[in-house]
Amino acid sequence: MADIQQLQKLSTQVRRDIVRMVHAVSSGHPGGSLGCTDFLVALYNGVMNHNPKNFTMDGKGEDLFFLSNGHISPVYYSVLARCGYFPVEELKTFRRLNTRLQGHPTTHDHLPGVRIASGSLGQGMSVAIGAALTKKLNKDNSIIYSLHGDGELQEGQIWEAALYASANKVDNYIATIDYNGRQIDGDVENVLSLGNLKAKFEAFGWQVIETEKGNDMASVIEGLAKAKTFIGKGKPIMNIMKTEMGAGVDYMMGTHKWHGSAPNDDQLAKALGQLEETLGDY
Amino acid sequence: MKKYTYTEKKDTRSGFGAGLQQLGQTNPNVVALCADLIGSLKMDAFKAENPDRFFQVGIAEANMIGIAAGLTIGGKIPFTGTFANFSTGRVYDQIRQSVAYSGKNVKICASHAGLTLGEDGATHQILEDIGLMKMLPHMCVINPCDYNQTKAATIAIADYEGPVYLRFGRPTVPNFTPADQKFEIGKAVMLNEGTDVTIIATGHLVWKAIEAGEKLAEQGISAEIINIHTIKPLDNEAILKSIAKTKCVVTAEEHQMNGGLGDSVAQLLSRHTPTPQEFVAVDDSFGESGTPDELMTKYKLDTIDIINAAHKVIKRK
Repeated sequence: MADIQQLQKLSTQVRRDIVRMVHAVSSGHPGGSLGCTDFLVALYNGVMNHNPKNFTMDGKGEDLFFLSNGHISPVYYSVLARCGYFPVEELKTFRRLNTRLQGHPTTHDHLPGVRIASGSLGQGMSVAIGAALTKKLNKDNSIIYSLHGDGELQEGQIWEAALYASANKVDNYIATIDYNGRQIDGDVENVLSLGNLKAKFEAFGWQVIETEKGNDMASVIEGLAKAKTFIGKGKPIMNIMKTEMGAGVDYMMGTHKWHGSAPNDDQLAKALGQLEETLGDY
Repeated sequence: MKKYTYTEKKDTRSGFGAGLQQLGQTNPNVVALCADLIGSLKMDAFKAENPDRFFQVGIAEANMIGIAAGLTIGGKIPFTGTFANFSTGRVYDQIRQSVAYSGKNVKICASHAGLTLGEDGATHQILEDIGLMKMLPHMCVINPCDYNQTKAATIAIADYEGPVYLRFGRPTVPNFTPADQKFEIGKAVMLNEGTDVTIIATGHLVWKAIEAGEKLAEQGISAEIINIHTIKPLDNEAILKSIAKTKCVVTAEEHQMNGGLGDSVAQLLSRHTPTPQEFVAVDDSFGESGTPDELMTKYKLDTIDIINAAHKVIKRK
């Protein structure tokens, strides 16, 4: 495990990558990407056992991650590139014709690190459960991780999957919810309230843990460490992680406005002024 | 006209069940999932013999398709089982994104396709599934004609790398193809060589095409009869070769005219050699309750309809 300071530096660089990527093509989803940066940086740099230099689709003997809310591809691509799945330089092809870095992640173009297409919401939990079942069949003790948006929980398939995972004791699986309370049309509370999310997943038979500060590296690591202690205990594990959409860029926080909008030149300059270049821009 | 005989009528879904059971014994990577229809899909034997490799997902088809996609990661070959309607239309986006676009090695096995589901009525009688599935890039679409062929197809698709839609049904139909046949995906089966008209049939309509061929022979018409069990990829070469000889074609299927086998054949012919074609298929309509035989008659999918179509298309040459 890298020390907290190093991880924070990486997070700052990843945030720079995110705003630069979406600015360059005037499209993409910076808000959720910035909010999930600390989580993905932690996951891929110390929490997961994985092999970036030798990617295989089957990932035998490795922990696997599935991004269900595929629109936050900028953070996913930056984190994958910066831990060695593919050259950091390739981030400049994001959303451009003939790129492997499609607007939403896909296996179609064989980008190392990606094992399922996502974008149409609500499907990743089922896929993660399937991968977890195969791990069990293969007697592979690795862990399956997934990440979901909170708005995504409005999709019915999520609840089919949630029911299945507890009924069948899929206990080699940790799902995380990016609980930022915002979606395209506004606050989740107003669009379609999730009510008491913790109580809902507990009622569905999950072991629920809460990460109160999803943009604080130490808290994120602590939350994932706690989640891991419940592996193999007969229940799927849900990590409800509170984050701030747009975290790290002041004018992108406190609103849903930056869910799917890219900054202009002035806004980019302002964002970069708040994010120190720590590891070198792509 | 070559003579075809059979000793018994059997349902194609039982062919699937038998094929799956054999795969359970021969291929340790094959796993199966079902959405509360184990008996209807004839998956009981696989389940009994391989409890660790069988997943009952309940009435949650979207989740089933997603789990199947995930199971492939690590080398499993999942076979999903439910009715054709719930295997396709209900889960189209899950198949599109998590299976087809993601290139996952999932076998979507669908029973009770078409009108011959019978009394349950139109909610369950999907007639659009071939069209839905063949539109997806790189999706293989297979619709075998009898028990033996369905069993052989089930076994064959386990060795094919990539997503497959395997369609079969509930009624008992003549089991006339050889038990030891080698099923070649994408390869048409020539049932009878003829010179006046080509009849291209799939699924339950194949036996009716044979019956039609016999009647036509009595009337002095020589029909070439081709069983297209694989609608995608289509055996272009076999079809074009036949049409070069007969100069007209009848397509026959238990499916909507829009989007079915006939559409695929018409597309092929219009690009290579525009040819008079008649379609024996459901003409822009939902089904309804009734016995399978009554429905096939009412919706003009019977032997007589193939005969009539043959006469009509020959006149158009």
